[in-house]
Amino acid sequence: MRALKSVYLTIIMLFLYLPILTLMIFSFNGSKSMFKWTGFSFRWYGEMFEDEKMLSAIVNTFSIAAISSLIATVLGTMACIGIMAMAKRGENIIMGLNNITLLNADIVTGISLMLGFIAFGFYLNMGTVLLAHITFSVPYVILSVMPKFKQLGPSSYEAALDLGASPFYAFRKVVLPELRPGIAAGFLLAFTMSVDDFVVTHFTRGAGINTISTLIYSQVKVGIRPTLFALSSIIFVTALVVLLVVNFISDRSAAEEEFFYEITQS
Amino acid sequence: MYKKYFAFPYVFWILCGTIIPIGMIFYYGFTDRSGMFTTANVLAILEPVHRKALGMSLLLSLISTLICLLTAFPLALILKGSRLGRKGFMVFIFVLPMWMNFLLRTMAWQVILEKGGIFNTMLSYLHLPQFQLINTPAAIVLGMVYDFLPFMVLPIYNVLMKIDGNIIEAAYDLGAGRGKVFSSVVLPLSVPGIVSGVTMVFVPSLTTFVISNILGGGKIYLIGNIIEQEFTTSANWNLGSGLSLVMMLFIVISMAILRVLDSKGEGNFI
Repeated sequence: MRALKSVYLTIIMLFLYLPILTLMIFSFNGSKSMFKWTGFSFRWYGEMFEDEKMLSAIVNTFSIAAISSLIATVLGTMACIGIMAMAKRGENIIMGLNNITLLNADIVTGISLMLGFIAFGFYLNMGTVLLAHITFSVPYVILSVMPKFKQLGPSSYEAALDLGASPFYAFRKVVLPELRPGIAAGFLLAFTMSVDDFVVTHFTRGAGINTISTLIYSQVKVGIRPTLFALSSIIFVTALVVLLVVNFISDRSAAEEEFFYEITQS
Repeated sequence: MYKKYFAFPYVFWILCGTIIPIGMIFYYGFTDRSGMFTTANVLAILEPVHRKALGMSLLLSLISTLICLLTAFPLALILKGSRLGRKGFMVFIFVLPMWMNFLLRTMAWQVILEKGGIFNTMLSYLHLPQFQLINTPAAIVLGMVYDFLPFMVLPIYNVLMKIDGNIIEAAYDLGAGRGKVFSSVVLPLSVPGIVSGVTMVFVPSLTTFVISNILGGGKIYLIGNIIEQEFTTSANWNLGSGLSLVMMLFIVISMAILRVLDSKGEGNFI
């Protein structure tokens, strides 16, 4: 039984990682061939960093992700504060609307935003992509921050006010530290969703503006160049490192929290 | 601190970014180019090309959802019981590919399955007959399973982890066998996760145009491809909107099922 389980895990792991590994191996291939190994080289990495189009796509992707997830985090956290003040009915309505965006198919979000922008008289450009990314990111922020607000309740904030803190001071010193893990998770989620998005960007971008995803899509149609393999390897390794670091940090802070809990209990 | 007006910016955002845009789909879907009311765009789904595409989408997404479920459930069970290293780390390994750009992941399969690609080269090394998988519905299903499998694993794993071990032990104490414990305790308790996973795989598979475009070689039309073309190359937004409305009907139905079966939101993805 144990052996069977290990075999099963291994098969799925191979299924998940072999395709990625193939790309990574062929990113070091000397020739343009995707099937024949002609010797180790960094050629495609070099070409990648000289490819203006690819570099601008990378810059676009990460600047859109950074700005949109930052705005989404602020907007979402504020929305949570507002929702906490609402009666059950108001909360249900907003959370329901939140779920529409969250669960809607990408293609529907994409075309609806495109039609919406045109109805409002916007020209499709980088700004519309940014607005679109904020729109689909906020629900993820609310989903991560809301439970923290629920956990916290109003009493510790009120206690701080009773002890003479100003509302802003109390929020900064009492409420915000409790929310921090939720806000961080929401930001990270929004960031990933933005970096990974293709469909919504596809419909809301103006001509000539590329993100990594739209660049890949256009290249896949006309013929893949191995520079894309180099890009894949870099993206994969970056994701791996970032996630390991985040994992490590959150593990450590969890351990620290436990430690402080022990101290306060004794 | 809790003041309603903090939510106003987001309420405004929902209005402009969700409600009005979806309203625009309805507007375009029920009007013709001159702005007159018509149901022709929605009824266009009955045209053979569109009907075939919708049928193909439903078929392929159902197959890939089923494969994902049958693959992910045992996987989640094994992960739950695994003593291999730290549990969190094992789960991490199975969801890591999700963080890789999904176009790159789909592209990887195109490279592998291509004519004379690695897949066929390996087959010929093993003296097996060549086998053309690219540009077939099977390749699209493969791509869907590969891209969306983590969406099925995570919710099921989360629900399984929440099951109280005492309940399972109680069932054993009361004389239930392994099979009985699984069918009467574990399976019913994991329904919210299963339902959530099924929607998380079914909806993106049903509506995709990227996977079918990359792995189907532009020869197999899913409903997503038709809609995408109406909005980009054909520029018939009215028809595209009408067909989207029909597609949205299927999304709404699967959401409704989710709501009924997972009323407490236990199978939430995050």
